[in-house]
Amino acid sequence: MSYRTHPSEHIAHNVDKADFLRMLGEYLKPDSLLSDPEDLRPYDCDALSVYKSLPWVVALPETVGQAQAVLRLCHQHGVPVVARGAGTGLSGGALPADNGVLLSLAKFNRILHIDPANRVARVQPGVRNAAVSEAALAYGLYYAPDPSSQIACTIGGNIAENSGGVHCLKYGLTVHNLLGLKLLTVDGELIELGSGGMDAAGYDLLALVTGSEGLLGVIVEATLRLLPAPTTARALLAAFGSVEQAGAGVAEIIGAGLVPAGLEMMDNLIIRAAEDFVHAGYPVDAAAIILCEMDGMAEQVDADLEQAQNILLRMGATEVRLAKTEAERKKFWAGRKSAFPAAGRISPDYYCMDGTIPRRSLAEVLHRIAVLSASYGIDVANVFHAGDGNLHPLLLYDASQPGQLERAEEVGGKILELCVAAGGTVTGEHGVGMEKINQMCIQFSPAELAQFHAVKAAFDPRGLLNPGKAVPSLHRCAEFGAMHIHRGILSFPELERY
Amino acid sequence: MQNENLSELLRERVLKAIAEGSPLLILGGGSKSFYGRTAVGEVLDMAGHSGIIAYEPTELVLTARTGTALSTIESVLDGQGQMLAFEPPHFGLATLGGTVACGLSGPRRAYAGSVRDSVLGVKLINGKGEILSFGGQVMKNVAGFDLSRLMVGALGTLGVLLEVSLKLVPKPEVEETRCFDMGADAALTAMSLWSGQAWPLSAACHDGERVYIRLSGAESAIRASAKQLGGERLPDGCAFWAGLREQNLPFFRQMDNSQASLLDANLAVPSLPREAGAAAIAESLWRISLPPAAPMLSLQGACFIDWGGALRWLKTDADAAAVFALAQQTGGHASLFRSIDRSGLVFQALPDPLKALHMRLKQAFDPLGIFNPGRLYQEW
Repeated sequence: MSYRTHPSEHIAHNVDKADFLRMLGEYLKPDSLLSDPEDLRPYDCDALSVYKSLPWVVALPETVGQAQAVLRLCHQHGVPVVARGAGTGLSGGALPADNGVLLSLAKFNRILHIDPANRVARVQPGVRNAAVSEAALAYGLYYAPDPSSQIACTIGGNIAENSGGVHCLKYGLTVHNLLGLKLLTVDGELIELGSGGMDAAGYDLLALVTGSEGLLGVIVEATLRLLPAPTTARALLAAFGSVEQAGAGVAEIIGAGLVPAGLEMMDNLIIRAAEDFVHAGYPVDAAAIILCEMDGMAEQVDADLEQAQNILLRMGATEVRLAKTEAERKKFWAGRKSAFPAAGRISPDYYCMDGTIPRRSLAEVLHRIAVLSASYGIDVANVFHAGDGNLHPLLLYDASQPGQLERAEEVGGKILELCVAAGGTVTGEHGVGMEKINQMCIQFSPAELAQFHAVKAAFDPRGLLNPGKAVPSLHRCAEFGAMHIHRGILSFPELERY
Repeated sequence: MQNENLSELLRERVLKAIAEGSPLLILGGGSKSFYGRTAVGEVLDMAGHSGIIAYEPTELVLTARTGTALSTIESVLDGQGQMLAFEPPHFGLATLGGTVACGLSGPRRAYAGSVRDSVLGVKLINGKGEILSFGGQVMKNVAGFDLSRLMVGALGTLGVLLEVSLKLVPKPEVEETRCFDMGADAALTAMSLWSGQAWPLSAACHDGERVYIRLSGAESAIRASAKQLGGERLPDGCAFWAGLREQNLPFFRQMDNSQASLLDANLAVPSLPREAGAAAIAESLWRISLPPAAPMLSLQGACFIDWGGALRWLKTDADAAAVFALAQQTGGHASLFRSIDRSGLVFQALPDPLKALHMRLKQAFDPLGIFNPGRLYQEW
């Protein structure tokens, strides 16, 4: 797949690599500083592995002091810095700059303190998401955000991307479960955001930094909110004869005042793929299934599930199955959680999209996706967090067939534009990164992008942190805009085209 | 219901202010004029810019113009069995814009999230007079910096809010309030314990003598929880929590003379007798945000604990510097919520690097310093 660092987003410098390594070496141990192409190779991409670029240098600091030293040197010499956690991101957010330092936070991997009385965990950014809940379990607490990569992804990356997950309909995104941050600014200064309480003095910089994709600073510590573990969780599976009916069932559940812990939908293509893969017992002839989970006190869960069951039957479900045992509930979820690898079994390659739309547009957008799929000859399997309208269309293609990859990419771009046109967004939880940077030109006007750049400059005036990601330059948009019309007006008429 | 889009008119006012270099004082319903530092400027009246633009109950999202009365929004939501999760105070004729700009949340905040947790998107006028939209009307949206949540609590210093989209929640089927006689220290321990367990809690406070907890959910769940937790059922729980939210419980009304009149003016509550405490030194009402299990602060004055321990309302005549210092030492921050003198520091001072960053951000939105200068901090 193709990406291009736009000339206007490239941060040039003339620093000699050997000199710079020597300077970094004064602060970092030899094994914390990598520059041989062979050592750099594992860092050339994140989980969007079709985008690759070798970093100039990789730095793996172990202390805040070392991370500060790396940032100070980069700042002093005008060298770009890309921070990296576990590298599980899906939008190329951790794609290295070829003349920059890749700052890995992998060695910041300690849970510093679990405070059960205040229900918080203080952790370093390299701690795995799932490890927080594992450590909190002893106190009957857990950390709610659960991106599907939670066994591998780390907290620093979760914050940088404002990660979601299956449970965010009820428990919110990362931003709703974060109380404090220690952040290094581009010049290596340590600032603390948030407080020990539920809010802080001044502007809500905690919210601003969350989801800022490494453009505003480098996270070196986080204070996470822990919740009491629910005593009961139960799930149901409902089968539908059409995707539209299933979509209407989702809307009814929400409209009835239920707040499921998870409300997921899968279409026939992915139902069959998942069933072949993990034998979850899914009805393979259904056009769509809904998985709905309730959690909380047993009495609440029973009341809510009964209501959900009645609604789904009334909305035309051909079958509603309540998981009778914990094992059966886990089996329901095993199918959903294996959806991506299952897609990998029915197609040599797949490309996962991440748009969000208002729920009411579900049927319309799915129909248009089907039309795109047919006209480009690219199969699309749909799995989504239906409760919050977050779509994950999986575009199935074969990279060994000439032209398929480019067609898949083009369909992907069109799907994102559909999401924007429906009143939604180009990314619900995976981030813009490098992947969706062109589509940002469609979602935002030049003045809005200029406001983003002004905010970026307040933190990082020279644009050294993760250049070329998340917020496109106006020149990039001018070029992209030559092919696209924004809200009925040709974008950037004043800018030179090249 | 008023329904008028004054965006262009407001933009012209902002452009004029930019041209003349004269500051604007953004005013909604004026219900929270007491909050923040005293600021000067020509009033930019937002009240006419009102109306609900979009509300689809199955989307759990509402978009409205910022001059819309909070009471209008709440009654429309109520009709559909929905509500704002953060239970905002009205303090009179609150508008949506003022609610978001002040960022104040009520008793439910500790268990259901804050104003900023509910904000999904905003439309605003920046200090260049441009109308910009950030965020959106969907639950999950990570495209671009989260500038909509940044507006919450910024006291209008970053822009003129025109429209806000909020995430909604369904109203619980049943609510019940239980109370328990106990002192403050025991209350903090009890609230911390309960908050760490899977009870259907939606509020927990202590008024100096009793702990009050509110349970919300399905009737069967509330009955089971009430039975296991014990305590005494408060007959009119609804009025109690509304009283706490609006600060007209006895704790908030029994201030010394000068404060009482200040409260009267802001709350439009019946006047208190003026004779008592005529010579008293003016007490201030402090809002102190702390780690929920933090012990009681060693400061003189009466304290009302909300948010399961995370919010402490303190009536004191203690030196402001002492309150700020102790709040910070305890891991939190303080603000001078109601006071006669609002010319000094009202919000916790920021460390230098953070303050510099704040000032650069202000520059990024409002380079000429047109919007509400001095309302948040003296320097900008």
